[in-house]
Amino acid sequence: MTAEHHGQHGHHELGWWRKYVFSTDHKVIGVQYAVTALFFLFFGFCLMMIMRWQLAYPGRPLPLIGGLFGEANMPGGIMLPEFYNSLGAMHGTIMVFLGVVPMVVGGFGNYVMPLQIGAPDMSFPKLNMVSYWVYFVGGVVMLTSFFVPGGAANSGWTSYAPLSVIATMGQTMWLLGMVFLITSSLLGSVNFIVTIIQLRAKGLTMFRLPFFVWAQFVTAFLLLLAFPPLEAAAVLQLMDRVAGTSFFIPAGLVVSGQVLPTDNLPQTGGGNPLLWQHLFWFLAHPEVYVLILPGMGIVTEVIANNTRKPVWGYRTMVYALVFLGFMSFIVWAHHMFITGMGTTLSAFFATTTMIISIPSVVILTALLITLHRASIRFTTPMLFALAFLPMFAVGGLTGLPLGLPAADIPLHDTYYVIAHFHYVVAPGTIFAIFAGIYYWFPKVTGRTFDPFLGKIHFWLSLVFINIVFAPMFWVGMAGVSRRLYDQTVYAHGLAVQPAVELSSWAAWLLGLAQIPFIINFFMSIRKGRTVSDNPWEGTTLEWVAPSPPPHGNFASVPVVYRGPYEYSVPGSAREFFPQNVVAEA
Amino acid sequence: MSAETLPYTVHPHPITGVYSGKLGTWLFLASEVMLFGALFSSYVLLRVSAAHWPGHDETHLSVPIGTFNTLVLIVSSVTMVMAWASLKMNEFAKARWYLAATVVLALVFLLVKLFFEYMPKWEHGHRPGFSSFFALYYTLTGLHALHIIGGIIVITYFLLPGSALWKKDPEYYTNRIECTGLYWHFVDLVWIFLFPVLYLM
Repeated sequence: MTAEHHGQHGHHELGWWRKYVFSTDHKVIGVQYAVTALFFLFFGFCLMMIMRWQLAYPGRPLPLIGGLFGEANMPGGIMLPEFYNSLGAMHGTIMVFLGVVPMVVGGFGNYVMPLQIGAPDMSFPKLNMVSYWVYFVGGVVMLTSFFVPGGAANSGWTSYAPLSVIATMGQTMWLLGMVFLITSSLLGSVNFIVTIIQLRAKGLTMFRLPFFVWAQFVTAFLLLLAFPPLEAAAVLQLMDRVAGTSFFIPAGLVVSGQVLPTDNLPQTGGGNPLLWQHLFWFLAHPEVYVLILPGMGIVTEVIANNTRKPVWGYRTMVYALVFLGFMSFIVWAHHMFITGMGTTLSAFFATTTMIISIPSVVILTALLITLHRASIRFTTPMLFALAFLPMFAVGGLTGLPLGLPAADIPLHDTYYVIAHFHYVVAPGTIFAIFAGIYYWFPKVTGRTFDPFLGKIHFWLSLVFINIVFAPMFWVGMAGVSRRLYDQTVYAHGLAVQPAVELSSWAAWLLGLAQIPFIINFFMSIRKGRTVSDNPWEGTTLEWVAPSPPPHGNFASVPVVYRGPYEYSVPGSAREFFPQNVVAEA
Repeated sequence: MSAETLPYTVHPHPITGVYSGKLGTWLFLASEVMLFGALFSSYVLLRVSAAHWPGHDETHLSVPIGTFNTLVLIVSSVTMVMAWASLKMNEFAKARWYLAATVVLALVFLLVKLFFEYMPKWEHGHRPGFSSFFALYYTLTGLHALHIIGGIIVITYFLLPGSALWKKDPEYYTNRIECTGLYWHFVDLVWIFLFPVLYLM
């Protein structure tokens, strides 16, 4: 760092493009990520709402908007099975890779983490900008895939081979899009880890870090180490599709009554479809924790702040988190019990799966104990955070039967599985996302949202989201497969059709329940009441910075003297101590 | 906030003992290990589950050419280290020669690969679809070649336009060459694994 560089710093105005579009400021990038991800979350939700029509009323033309999708997809407003499959595959892909992960890591992580560690920015600001734009390109590739011949990818979000290898062109676009998204995540995770290790404020030891930062730290390691195998798998599948190889095509595969002609080879015996599943789930199981850990981080911040208590068992929670991150690498094949991979492997993965449930329960229990005898402020973010706890518990506990081969065999690929992981991700992580939006909204905008609209949004969402997913446990246990285009052709599917219809109506109402949020969001940005730097009376460092924080974040470099959650310290005159308040003599 | 005003871009962090770029490079290499690790694992799985795996007499990969290319890459790693060492001793002109030598050696590797290996194989009908062995051969060496091309681009950047940084901040420039070197040695190391796995085993 030379004197010349110091001279340049801070005083020249950047142009509009550099300031808001190709910005290197972590806060602008965080907002870019969050806004883009919110768009994709909404888009992915819309795909599902269209699918729910076909499920509720199979073969009936979609009212009002049915004509908009073209004769190739919905002739006469009636959805074709291929289009249904595209919607299903793209709903999953968009929600996971373009919605939730960019929101919780790219959005909240980018915006909040550097503030919470007292850093002026991320370690590699230019790389941060590149991460966002690579993600953006990946998103554009995914969206354009709807317009290629044959439509978007239609082999499920898991893209199982050999189906995906012989699928239409949309699958190639999917693979290309994934390569962009994976690259973006890799660059981002390197940046996060280096920032947390190198740029913490003076006095901010690892065990004084807010739990949210810990969650981002572990998440970044999962992204860093779990994503490359999927990149490898995507390259192999691309080779299969464009270069004539057969990594995932077994010899003698019969498609539509004919043996698939591959150039391959009496020489080696062909490829192995299970290889794709192993490589995919080696990423995708840690990915599940990428979806949930930052959510737990957000919820912990909100709960500590609104119970006005230190979180119970902070260190235990951190150890549980690190253990969870480690274990998430050795549970992947519990998604593959019915592939016939063998009982020895099944037993191993069932055991590790049972073990990994323990740290999740530890974290959840610690948060529940934090609530004990607290005088809780029922603010909007707190309502979402409180709802997260039982919803995540339902999602987690219903996963246990799926982790045991004997119970998994009948339940595999039914709506039970859909209900299970949606309870984890939808009223789990999505509620955590809403908690985070409402909680940090004053920091980002300098204004408050309307609490009344916030509460309407919460209660309606809570009710409808449960009516969407709870019946699916029953539908699944009745044996309805998750991939069916029209389950009423089967007697067991027809029997539970009223529950499917109920889910659909609740899903559409859930969509309507987001209107108060959208109104609140845009209204409060422009007209919300301006607030102080620390409206929630929080202790972590982001509340020390001005609202909204300027370029470089802090007026003076903060120094940390205490732990993250010093609320209601016994025998002290103050109700809470921000981390940069000097310890009393 | 430009990179220059952040702490530990140039000087090591007192506790971790490294500057941020070096830590970032190591983390990036960790992810690269996972990438190639997954591909090597795929190789193992496909090979052990194959009814017949082509032996050396069937693949016709040339061990002398492979050995030559291995030596080329090892020498390029040496020149890369010498470039960094020269910068440490404040000998910029020498460092540029070493960087140029690294780029030339990398190009030699690629040209040999293209003209003496890929093209004859391709004309002989040994294409990616010919067998699982050649599918793996082209995928693994192709991805490795992409890494070589990436390295050439980065080194050429620091050799030509990027070298202006040397005059402004020699230590920062030296650090960036060190990080480039770490990456380059990794690419070299991948080949050290690829060579026996594909040519000798």
